[in-house]
Amino acid sequence: MQQLWLIPLLPLAGFALNGLFGRRFSKTVINAVAVGSVLLAFLWVLKSLSALGAFSGGLEQTHVEHYFTWIQSGALNISVDFAVDRLTAVMLLIVTGIGTLIHIYAVGYMAHEEGYYRFFAYLNLFMFFMLTLVLAQNFLLLFVGWEGVGLCSYLLIGFYFTEKYATDAGNKAFIVNRIGDFGFSLAIFLIGIHFSSLDFGTVFSQAKALPIETSPGWITAIALLLLVGATGKSAQIPLYVWLPDAMAGPTPVSALIHAATMVTAGVYMIARSSSIFLHSPVALNVVAVIGLATAFFAATIGLLQNDIKKVFAYSTVSQLGYMFLGLGTGAFSAGIFHVMTHAFFKALLFLGAGSVIHALSGEQDLRKMGGLAKKIPITCVVLLCASVAIAGVPFTSGYFSKDLILESAYEYAPWMFWVGLFTAGMTAFYVFRAFFMAFTGEYRGHHHPHESPFVMWGPLAILAALSLGGGFINIPKYLEPLFPLAEESKLPPLASYSLLLVGLVGIALAYLMYVAAPKLPESLANAFRPVYTLIYNKYFIDEAYDSAVVNPVIDGSRSLLWRTIDAGAIDGTVNGVGKTARAMGNVLRHFQSGYIRSYAGWVVAGAILVVIVMGLTGVTR
Amino acid sequence: MPEIPLPQSVPLAWYLILSAILFTLGVAGFLFRRNVITVFISIELMLNAVNLSFVTFSYKFKQVDGHIFSFFVMVVAAAEAAVGLAIILTIFKNRQTLEIDEVSSLKN
Repeated sequence: MQQLWLIPLLPLAGFALNGLFGRRFSKTVINAVAVGSVLLAFLWVLKSLSALGAFSGGLEQTHVEHYFTWIQSGALNISVDFAVDRLTAVMLLIVTGIGTLIHIYAVGYMAHEEGYYRFFAYLNLFMFFMLTLVLAQNFLLLFVGWEGVGLCSYLLIGFYFTEKYATDAGNKAFIVNRIGDFGFSLAIFLIGIHFSSLDFGTVFSQAKALPIETSPGWITAIALLLLVGATGKSAQIPLYVWLPDAMAGPTPVSALIHAATMVTAGVYMIARSSSIFLHSPVALNVVAVIGLATAFFAATIGLLQNDIKKVFAYSTVSQLGYMFLGLGTGAFSAGIFHVMTHAFFKALLFLGAGSVIHALSGEQDLRKMGGLAKKIPITCVVLLCASVAIAGVPFTSGYFSKDLILESAYEYAPWMFWVGLFTAGMTAFYVFRAFFMAFTGEYRGHHHPHESPFVMWGPLAILAALSLGGGFINIPKYLEPLFPLAEESKLPPLASYSLLLVGLVGIALAYLMYVAAPKLPESLANAFRPVYTLIYNKYFIDEAYDSAVVNPVIDGSRSLLWRTIDAGAIDGTVNGVGKTARAMGNVLRHFQSGYIRSYAGWVVAGAILVVIVMGLTGVTR
Repeated sequence: MPEIPLPQSVPLAWYLILSAILFTLGVAGFLFRRNVITVFISIELMLNAVNLSFVTFSYKFKQVDGHIFSFFVMVVAAAEAAVGLAIILTIFKNRQTLEIDEVSSLKN
């Protein structure tokens, strides 16, 4: 036993302490509790993993710890079990490691905000649920974590709850996720029916034993429903709409929840259920197509956003699309590899953006930045590291993971490779567009930029090092016991050279358009006005969803559910009961004359009546 | 249960008839008299009529239940007399009348 339960319990204790007593604590105590609990969890992860030999070539088998039976009903037996295998080990290190860095950063970022203790309490609660999610050894416990992180996401998006846009964004995230979670719960029911167990070990060994040629239809149904759940949590088409709006939350939240950890839960879940997906080529194909489409469309939207956090939000959606592309083409380990590298550079991008926003006292519009390189040099350097990593410049972390995904896509279908490659070029372009708009040229705003304190740029520096060098951690090799590596694939020379160059080409284009010839973007926009308008308005997807789904639901609720059923039927019944009672009382009150002798008369008459009735019916024999 | 003749060989029915007559008198007094004191006495009369029936049956069936019950009725009647007379006194103090039909403000 490695006492794995301590890992999620430590942040939970932090949540309980700060949530219950945080109002009375000083900031130092809140920081110590919040950061300390996550740091301890990280250390405990390191300790347990090294004891299990995860760093020295061990842990090829899953290490399961059974705590207690949770639900026992007929044949169904669900227990609270935590387990660690190499996949979980990677996720644990990402979640607690990045989580610790972001907690430290948030101490600086949130220093002047209202509701300081509330923020850290929610953040710790999120860590608890996320760690439960990755440690769970059965689908139901995973679902508990899955729903819990959704709840914390909702709470933290709506953290500035006095602002309408923030609460709206929180509601949107929660409701869109409900759709996905509905699919996920149906998948869990189907798994329960067909495998009579929800335990990962049992389900996956049974799934592996199924003959691969005659894969039955229900396994495709399970896989597709799991995918519905994953599209909700991981912001894939058609349920991606909540993630860009989720940027209403504080920036550390965007970095931790909506970039590095929670949104990758869908990827983790599909990778975890790989033995189910491998029995359904149809479902895998759907995963790949959805991933590719999401990567492409989100990248095009990202090209024209002017809010620095929105650019990175669409880039998150796009990168998550890459991960799904990797999963769908069978490169599960490459998908997880990209989860890790993405966690490094995207957390850094968001935290760097937060540092910029912090420096400009809350300004997020790229058009009002510019020339910041001289004013906040440290932020500029770390953001440059993150940008080259996400652009896929050779030998940075993003290059390695993207390279593996695209190679696998080429094996699967060459056209997917070329679309993915084009998307990679766009990625490099829009990230550097944002970078150049913020850091080069003349300053276009009117705040007085100041560099962030050490507590903020310290974590940034660590993440910058990881973004540049994280690609040399060979995750696919490490995950080989779980996901066997394909044979060394050979790309044709044209493909491999373009893969090497695509990031640099994107950066060069961005340099050309936003530094060398700043008039070019506008003339291009004028030349392609209809396309520009379409993309600038994000393909009118939000408007389409509003008119197709949201407004009918609201109108239906108003006219049918509210005015007809609630006000008419339900209130009518309740009020009708009251009215009837009053009407009856109105008649009966005339018997209440106040004359004692009339009451006595009624009593006598009643008694006589009772005697007569008893006599007639023969009750007395 | 074997028939046990009453000592003075007064038939059982006579007691019951007496009880019924007393009860009817009580009811009539309650309904038709308007003086509060008389109404009050009528109630006592009805209670005692019932007591008579209890005791009669109790004697007839050689069981003690009826006796006990009649004691309870007497206790309740005593308590009621105390409370009732107090109420009557208060009414008289406030209204200077003992007419029962004058006291009818608790209506509708």
